[in-house]
Amino acid sequence: MSDRFVISSSPHFLTRGNTAGIMWLVVVALLPTAVAGVIIFGLPAAFVIGVSVATCVATEVLSQLAFKRPVTIKDGSAVVTGLLLAFILPSSTPFWVVIVGGVSAIFLVKQLFGGLGFNIFNPALAARAVLQTSFPVFVNATTRPVHSILSFDAVTAASALNAIKEGTANVHYSLGDLFFGTVPGALGETCKLTLLIGAALLVLFRVVDLRIPLPYIAVAALLSWIFGRDPLEAVLSGGLILGAFFMATDLVTSPATPWGKVVFGAGCGILTIVIRNYGGFPEGVCYSILLMNCAVPLLDKAFRPRVFGTRTSALRKTAAAPKGGSEA
Amino acid sequence: MFGRKSFRGGVHPPEHKHLTQNKPIVTLPTPLRVVIPLSQHTGSPCRAIVAVGDEVNEGQKIGESTGFVSAPVHASIAGTVVAVESRPHPVLAFPVPSVVIESKPDATAATAAWTKNIDWRTLTAESIKDKIKEAGIVGMGGAAFPTHVKLSPPPGKTIRALLVNGAECEPYLTTDHRLMLERSDEILEGVLILLKALDIKTAVIGIEKNKTDAADLLREKIRRKEAAGEIAGDESVRVATLKVKYPQGAEKQLIKALLGREVPSGGLPFEVGVVVQNVGTAFAVYEAVVKDKPLIERVVTVSGDAVAEPANVLVRIGTSFRDLLAFAGGVTGSDGAAAAGVEVPGAEAQGVEVSSAKTAGPAEGAAPAEKPRAGYKMIMGGPMMGLAQYTLDAPVIKGTSGFLVLKQGDTKPSVACVKCGACVDRCPAGLMPYQLGNLSERNDFAACAEFNVKDCMECGVCSFVCPSARPLVHLIKYAKLNLAKQKK
Repeated sequence: MSDRFVISSSPHFLTRGNTAGIMWLVVVALLPTAVAGVIIFGLPAAFVIGVSVATCVATEVLSQLAFKRPVTIKDGSAVVTGLLLAFILPSSTPFWVVIVGGVSAIFLVKQLFGGLGFNIFNPALAARAVLQTSFPVFVNATTRPVHSILSFDAVTAASALNAIKEGTANVHYSLGDLFFGTVPGALGETCKLTLLIGAALLVLFRVVDLRIPLPYIAVAALLSWIFGRDPLEAVLSGGLILGAFFMATDLVTSPATPWGKVVFGAGCGILTIVIRNYGGFPEGVCYSILLMNCAVPLLDKAFRPRVFGTRTSALRKTAAAPKGGSEA
Repeated sequence: MFGRKSFRGGVHPPEHKHLTQNKPIVTLPTPLRVVIPLSQHTGSPCRAIVAVGDEVNEGQKIGESTGFVSAPVHASIAGTVVAVESRPHPVLAFPVPSVVIESKPDATAATAAWTKNIDWRTLTAESIKDKIKEAGIVGMGGAAFPTHVKLSPPPGKTIRALLVNGAECEPYLTTDHRLMLERSDEILEGVLILLKALDIKTAVIGIEKNKTDAADLLREKIRRKEAAGEIAGDESVRVATLKVKYPQGAEKQLIKALLGREVPSGGLPFEVGVVVQNVGTAFAVYEAVVKDKPLIERVVTVSGDAVAEPANVLVRIGTSFRDLLAFAGGVTGSDGAAAAGVEVPGAEAQGVEVSSAKTAGPAEGAAPAEKPRAGYKMIMGGPMMGLAQYTLDAPVIKGTSGFLVLKQGDTKPSVACVKCGACVDRCPAGLMPYQLGNLSERNDFAACAEFNVKDCMECGVCSFVCPSARPLVHLIKYAKLNLAKQKK
């Protein structure tokens, strides 16, 4: 009777943390904001969140079955995408627009590229960009907070950034309103209190690396100040906090190198403020992160860490080397 | 960045040292049979100088080194040579030429006394190095690099300091810890001998902060030796406490932590004026020089969550893991005893290892037709860098610091890399392990070389921290192997 021992390469024990654990922790961190969104914008917000999460999970299952890949909905990544997509839509978004968004996020942006770990763009943001191009009327609307949760009539109003963009001086929101989220906007971007609580949780568990959101927010605040805006108002307006802590930090679509992360965050900050001030849209978070997503492979290449025992950093070596042939 | 006594990156895995750290070293009764591989070190293998039927004494040389980077091997028991043939080896994945010695059960006077007490202060540096070479001493920390080579810096390189490695950063292992507690005088003598062999005056013993008892004891012994004049006035031997962090005991990381200097990529410690020796090596040097005793036994930590009675055991080189495990009470659990006494076909197991090179999950690799009945993993060395064993017939060799049996219930499935960057943050060599893993998986070895794969010391930190359980070390080894093949 022969027996077998397990044979594998070292190391022979691993940390307990796993990718699914990270994703579900992100879900937990997003829940307070989901609740806040429903309190501020009423039941339509709950409806959008539900449709978005259900669409994303269903699309993940169906595309994985179609591509004959293992079904991995247990890893929670589709739920995260569903929540984030809902958070950047107004509560007035029709359900079929949400469904188009969810399918775009999971099928177009994630599974067509190879599934979790292989997508280039943040699925939720890319889906938002798809909807922005296809159905601008629905997704550009910013819904006004409701007086009762049970209210079903979504009324649109100018967001803080709309007001700034259009020069509507008479629409002004206090910093308190901006912080607690009782202002018009996408359903999950307005309540900074719950977003920061969730972010703190993720920082505590080392899921969110501050080397991305801190440069992002700092650069955005500094540039806003240079453009003559109140930096605090600029940070608390729109989707900056949501984007900086939950979108730009998406593991797959952000750099893995320490300095790559810092430059990525700073780049997002610059692009966000440039779009806010010169672009055609009132808000620049979505496109700034998507643009920086494109730069991730370059950033990771340019900011390779210094190899132990080498004097010059890999960065300088790469810069000095003649172009081409590096992919050999 | 993290203060002087440390280095960049690294992790702090669960230590599991409590299993054996308070257990005094016990001696394994002389085994009836030993299998002594002719290759136990980094460098060229030995040539057998005994034949079947020869009677050998304990400590008699049975394998002669065949080059400068080589170390002779000696009979670890008295008896008769019964075979000179290829046998399973704990490091190399194929059987290697070995000398098999059997003692007669009735031989009572088999154990040599080793009672000499040579005054090493009368010896020259050259004769000390010769004795070290003849005793077959190699690095006892696991790498098994011949010690006399390390003591012979190339011309033009000035050595200024000897670093003595007592970090023992691998989880579970407590051999160096126990040795420092129980053989402190001998270790310090060994350090002084090494200083003489190198013709230098400065030695620093680096010990991780989780072994303060050993550090305090050595400091006390150093004070006494200084008072007694055994450490000369111009000599300096001191103990430095290191942060508890893996891989603190890696040679280059130890130098960085103690002296703040980085050994150039691809270079040796000579290049920053340093020689590093393990505390176990210092002890072996003492025995070789003062007692004329060749390296025929060593301390091995037998531990792991599946070992009945974990222990620190003084073992003859060539003792089978089977005998060693039996001495430690075997394996726990209902079918544990069976697992310890069962033959494992070597060829099959090798096939397993090769096939798992491309499959992701460590556990899945071992299941050809049926799930493995016993989910045990036998490891020579520590859990971070040790080697999984396919047979208990493999022997203890000079570089065996530990033998672990772990239950493999805690393997997690390998999923896609999410580029979280944890491996990049923790890699002590400053590499991008996720990138190397991805490139190796695509067989793009040229790109692996461009991403400095040769600077990887396979410490295992990247695989350890990976939330996706990617077999990064495995993929990196695979890339290195293929790059080496391409060179040939």
